[in-house]
Amino acid sequence: MRTRTDAQRASRRSRRRQAVRRELLYLALCAPGLVALILFNYVPLFGVVLAFKNFRPRRGIWGSENVGFDNFAYLFAGDAWRITRNTVAMNALFIVATLVVALTLAILINELRDRSPLLTKVTQSAMFLPFVLSWVVVAHLATAFLDARSGLLNQLLDLVSLPAVNWYAEPSYWPAILTSVDLWKGVGFWVIVYLAGILAINPSLYEAASLDGASRWQQTRRITLPLILPLITINVLLSVSKVFNADFGLFFQVTQNSPALYPTTDVIDTYVYRALTTTGDVGMAAAAGLYQAVVGLVLVVGANWYVRRRSADNALF
Amino acid sequence: MLSSDVTDTRDTTTGTAAALSARSGRPAPRSASAVLLRLVMAAVAAAFIVPLLVMLSASFSEERQLNEHGYALWPRGFTLDAYRFVLENSEQLVRSYAVSVVVTTVGTTASLLIMSLMAFALSRPDFRLAKPLAFLVLFTMIFNGGLVPLYIVITRYYQLQDTIWVLILPYLVAPWYVLLLRTYFKGLPADLFDAARIDGAGELRTFWSIVLPLSKPALGAVGLFVILQYWNDWWLGLLYIQDRSLMPVQLLLYRVGSSIDFALANPALAGQAGDIPVQSARAAIAMLAIGPIVLAFFFLQKFLIKGITLGGVKD
Repeated sequence: MRTRTDAQRASRRSRRRQAVRRELLYLALCAPGLVALILFNYVPLFGVVLAFKNFRPRRGIWGSENVGFDNFAYLFAGDAWRITRNTVAMNALFIVATLVVALTLAILINELRDRSPLLTKVTQSAMFLPFVLSWVVVAHLATAFLDARSGLLNQLLDLVSLPAVNWYAEPSYWPAILTSVDLWKGVGFWVIVYLAGILAINPSLYEAASLDGASRWQQTRRITLPLILPLITINVLLSVSKVFNADFGLFFQVTQNSPALYPTTDVIDTYVYRALTTTGDVGMAAAAGLYQAVVGLVLVVGANWYVRRRSADNALF
Repeated sequence: MLSSDVTDTRDTTTGTAAALSARSGRPAPRSASAVLLRLVMAAVAAAFIVPLLVMLSASFSEERQLNEHGYALWPRGFTLDAYRFVLENSEQLVRSYAVSVVVTTVGTTASLLIMSLMAFALSRPDFRLAKPLAFLVLFTMIFNGGLVPLYIVITRYYQLQDTIWVLILPYLVAPWYVLLLRTYFKGLPADLFDAARIDGAGELRTFWSIVLPLSKPALGAVGLFVILQYWNDWWLGLLYIQDRSLMPVQLLLYRVGSSIDFALANPALAGQAGDIPVQSARAAIAMLAIGPIVLAFFFLQKFLIKGITLGGVKD
């Protein structure tokens, strides 16, 4: 309150000048970040016109000829269905698998917590460790299991006298393989999210329930699950909003970009990358990218709208 | 170990139950299910560790054994050949390591500084532009032009390909972390800022000596995510780096892994052709690429967990 008397003593003009100066200072503090965002996020936005152009490197973005929706027509006549299906289906698999496994593990860890702090700590660290590895490293670890000649999986098959499988040439196995790899790398993160949610539940609820004779399972079903349902809803909705964006590292590195696997593993991101770098079809790559960005925007806004309706505090914006 | 655990649980059900269950307010179950729970969790933990052990064992195995018998949990014909080979022959590896270290250090420092300055300004209640600017940040999270425009802008207009900058600049500002830091700064007690102002501290002074020290948990968590981002990146290199002297470690690992040809064609790696321990050398490079991040993991795990809780629950 002493500030107010100080300020009152100062003349109104100098106060306003101070406010302007502070405003400018704040703007200056934002400046480096803003410049980076403008350079790497806003300037490229103009490039989306490429989706409507027949790009000729020599003529640049603006000089290339307009072709209207030709790139989209070409895309949707060809691969659009396959890459959309793969992207959405694989992401749906990941979302369901991650939710089920992370929730189960979080509940189990919570059960373990009071009884064996050491084992709890070890398990938690072990689960979390893969999260810090790069996709390149994870892809290498995957080959140790999947390599046709020396991989562990084929050694196991051999042990039970089953024929070896050339994993990198059999698309039908890959939804399962990629889901496992995705779980292995990422689930530890979600276990911690859900565990934090469980720990935030008021312990007296469990006390009361156990006095009333509720079993552990009943407590889990009637207390834990309902109380972390909001957290689950938000996480699932946020993942749904990203359903059109595949994890490029997973789909590119772990599959070793093997063309034989494209029927099940080619997603929008890998497709765009290939169209840009290998086949050099810039116009179509841009069209596919724009298709992805627009549908992604619709999904994010939709998911956010839904979250906001349920509880405004949790909405992204 | 196991037996002592079992007695533990028995104690729980009989005598010391009150003390142990006081924390969660839940009675412990009978020991049979407790043992089962421990076994299951130990198996789960193993499932997460085993792939790493397999790779570690491969890096210590003889190449010939690997070719003949394949990967295993325990090294076949223990040898340091792969490491010797990789370290002796590869100036490239040392070079790539240096690139990754520089990119990670410079990138993380700059990124944290830029993002927290921005978040600080956006968190100030008397900043009238805060709302529109925050929207500008948020918008980049929900819509972007996609890979192709970005690629063309970076290579044709900024001409950043084959410079160290292309490995640093695109990741400098992560909108999600800016908003997360802003929320954290907003939660700091306003009285502190008032007191600082009375004592004559300018905004920068307040930022440096009040906001930053009080925000260690948030900064630690965000910083770690940024470190992971930079150290683990191969994507920017794959797109924009042709020059081998600027190849980060992860990209080198990818190149070595993606084609044996690369190892053979790489003058630094090609000792006597045919003698190259391809699989074990790959494993060794993988281990060396993991090394720093796993070390960081053990020291900084706490922060990471805090960061997840911060982002996943509180925000």
